[in-house]
Amino acid sequence: MRKAIVFLMLVSISLISPNLLFAQSKNEILIRNATVLTAAKGTFENTDILIQNGKIAKIGKSLKASANAQIIDGSGKFVSPGIVDCHSHTMLDAVNEFSYSVTSMTRTRDVLNPKDIAIYRALAGGVTTANLLHGSANAIGGQNITVKFKYGKAVEEFPIADAPPGIKFALGENPKRTNFNPTPNAVPRYPRTRMGVMEVIRDAFVRARDYKKEWDDFRAKKSNVQPRRDLELEPLVEVLEGKRLVHAHGYRSDEHLNLLLIADEFGFKVATLQHALEAYKIAPEIAKRGTGASIFADSWSYKLEAYDSIPYNGYILWKAGVSVSINSDSDERMRRLNLDAAKMMKYGGVPEEEALKMITLNPAKQLGIDRRTGSIEVGKDADIVIWNAHPFSVYAHPELTMIEGEIYFDRSKDLTRRAELQKERETLEKLDVNRPPGSGGTPPKVPTEQRRADLDDADGGNR
Amino acid sequence: MQLRMTNDELRMTNRLRPMIISSIHRTAFLLLTAYCLLLTANAQSDGSQQNQTGKAGTFAITNARIVTVSGAVIENGTVVISNGKIAAVGANVSIPSGAERIDAKGLSVYPGMIDAGTNLGLAEIGGGAPATIDVAETGEMNSNAKAIIGINPHSSHVNVTRVNGITTVLSFPQGGIISGQAAVINLNGSTQAEMAIVPLFGLVVNFPRIALGGGGFNPFGAQTPVDFTEALKRRDQRLEDLKKLFRDAENYAKVKEAGEKDKNLPSSPVDLKLEALVPYIRGEKPVIFTAERERDIRGVAKFAADLKIKAIILGGQEAWKAADDLKKNDIAVIYTNIYNLPVRDDDAYDFLFEAPAKMVQAGVKFCISTGDGGAEVRDLPYHAGLASAYGLSKDEALKSVTLYPAQILGLGSQLGSIETGKIANLVVTDGDLLEARTNVKYLFINGRLLPLTSRHTELFDSFKNRK
Repeated sequence: MRKAIVFLMLVSISLISPNLLFAQSKNEILIRNATVLTAAKGTFENTDILIQNGKIAKIGKSLKASANAQIIDGSGKFVSPGIVDCHSHTMLDAVNEFSYSVTSMTRTRDVLNPKDIAIYRALAGGVTTANLLHGSANAIGGQNITVKFKYGKAVEEFPIADAPPGIKFALGENPKRTNFNPTPNAVPRYPRTRMGVMEVIRDAFVRARDYKKEWDDFRAKKSNVQPRRDLELEPLVEVLEGKRLVHAHGYRSDEHLNLLLIADEFGFKVATLQHALEAYKIAPEIAKRGTGASIFADSWSYKLEAYDSIPYNGYILWKAGVSVSINSDSDERMRRLNLDAAKMMKYGGVPEEEALKMITLNPAKQLGIDRRTGSIEVGKDADIVIWNAHPFSVYAHPELTMIEGEIYFDRSKDLTRRAELQKERETLEKLDVNRPPGSGGTPPKVPTEQRRADLDDADGGNR
Repeated sequence: MQLRMTNDELRMTNRLRPMIISSIHRTAFLLLTAYCLLLTANAQSDGSQQNQTGKAGTFAITNARIVTVSGAVIENGTVVISNGKIAAVGANVSIPSGAERIDAKGLSVYPGMIDAGTNLGLAEIGGGAPATIDVAETGEMNSNAKAIIGINPHSSHVNVTRVNGITTVLSFPQGGIISGQAAVINLNGSTQAEMAIVPLFGLVVNFPRIALGGGGFNPFGAQTPVDFTEALKRRDQRLEDLKKLFRDAENYAKVKEAGEKDKNLPSSPVDLKLEALVPYIRGEKPVIFTAERERDIRGVAKFAADLKIKAIILGGQEAWKAADDLKKNDIAVIYTNIYNLPVRDDDAYDFLFEAPAKMVQAGVKFCISTGDGGAEVRDLPYHAGLASAYGLSKDEALKSVTLYPAQILGLGSQLGSIETGKIANLVVTDGDLLEARTNVKYLFINGRLLPLTSRHTELFDSFKNRK
């Protein structure tokens, strides 16, 4: 009887999820004989990595795998952790809720587009994880979401379930909106100065503190009136309670320092200063508070507040003991973060592994997901990139990118598919709707492509 | 800038200080400035480094690995620099007495890199400082606008770029249909004339294309899509207007010449815009057409053939597809698309990375350029390197930022390789020139040994030891 029940249970499990029974063997991958850059415990040559159930099971020499494991020959190849981009807007159908100066109620996870082609291009550049931030138009922006780029999967598979929540703050030119053309006849939005930006943040936290007290009093039965839920202030209460990470966009060192002082005033910690291109001027102040810096490797001069940006920023911060990550904030730049990390060796002389950490382990730590990802260590998710050359070489490209042991980018397969895709494209182009006028075609009046009409050509429209 | 008053800022902006500083503080300021000058004898104030044009003389770079680009690599040789030129190069060359020797054991010598597609010197700060932007003149037809007149020799981009091994750039204006004339400059000199190699190199024309949008992205307003047939007509009309303008210039030149020969003819008024077009319609100088798509690139080839003008393509995403037309009309491509995303969702992810390799296969003459406004021109070697990560040979990649741009700019006999008699624009490195980890150790432009300082090294020195 008991045996029969067990049998029935096994049958029913296999009916519900046939993969579950065979998960172990299906997910087993052995990468053999590669140079492994762990981004935590050094670089090992002629080394194997065994992946089971999406996790890194073993790292070592001459590892054994089960008979049906997938074997990848890593001879002459380099293996690195998947790149973590701590500042991205990939996948987002909307980036800024421009209307208010405080939009903490908005969430980027509500506007994820899992079909964004930029995801695939990022995977092809070795990126597996990204922090999808609200834009920088508001002193306090919306809530961010940390995702893995599981391209081809349903949207709910992207967010990392146990990643701590976060929120975007912004300082300087962008929340002031003084560089942007206002909507005609609109009253300019407060704030218009750096003074106002700081007061918007202070005011929001005064309100959040009061709101928190109302709830604390109610829960302690000091008050009988249950406060009305406030979706704007709830996330800020979480910041005060240390449950939500603050990612603060800014450039000038003085304003980032002023934010740190406000954080001191209200007793919370800022997780990362984003961009922080002048952070090198206040490195000791940042280090003292344990705040991280998520920077561009060497972008500068593209706006007034980026004019004092120097490529030695990462080095000075690293030397001062600040956790540094290098981000892209761009679908384009995201594809070459490996070269941005390599530049840290050139500008100042950050050691190789420390430079690699700036695009892997450090951003993972800044996002509170380093137990899962960011380095090649036993027990972590198998978020791994296989490169044809050292990832810091300009001649390197990823050959294979996997997330949790599943392959999401495979260059050899991509190359093989091209002829087939080209054929499909030609077939589609011959359809009536796609033929040019004058040759029997009946093209639609409005282009049906998703891309914006002004980006019809690469030069961005009529210059 | 004036509002930021840290001590280090005082040094950085000392030219602005006296205007806003009170007399009480003036003494302290002067003392501080003097102190800073003592402290860092080599450092200059922001941007003014261009006053320091380096050290002239006779130099011998010895024990070096010499990557000549035009010939074989010399594993252990000497380069002699004299009178601004490469005087000798080889494994066994005699070093002139009195030459300053630079021992380059373990180092490599390369020709300085050339970026043939930038706005360097025309744009200092992209956003929030429109007064520093001189890239695009207003109006559609600006043949008489000259980049060399707008280039700021003291731009901080100059030093930041050259210390990464880029010694020469083409700086071009943008905007309208005819943007103006591009200049070829060396990245050293106190005046525009000192920088200029070819002050009026080529005319930049934004080849009219079939644009479906209204142009320019407006986040608050929807695009008004244009009917395709309508867009086609509009493009053709623009092409006709452009052709007419070139032919007007031809006629203008004929009238002018006739007037010079025969003083009895009525004098014709000077027209600066037509006058500027004359060398171009006569094929004496090249017209640089911006074009990306195959149909536009073929359009350029036809346009150039019709008018018998010399053409160069700037952009060139799909140039390899139009190889036949380009070769037939001897049109080279300044490729500016390595740091760009593919335009169409269904383009291969590496469509723009592998285009240079495809140009080589198709036999298209090309060079690789950043297409950058100035600040990021220093990334030129990585553009070439990335093209190599996606199929271009290392040798071609190196040529694509040295010898090939020199040839396309008509300077193949003066720049782009290490050969006797060429201009001594040289870079000495501790590794592969195209690698991001490589450091530049010595830099020569016009035979002058330049300090490896920039706005960035100055700020670094100011803050690196702050506790």
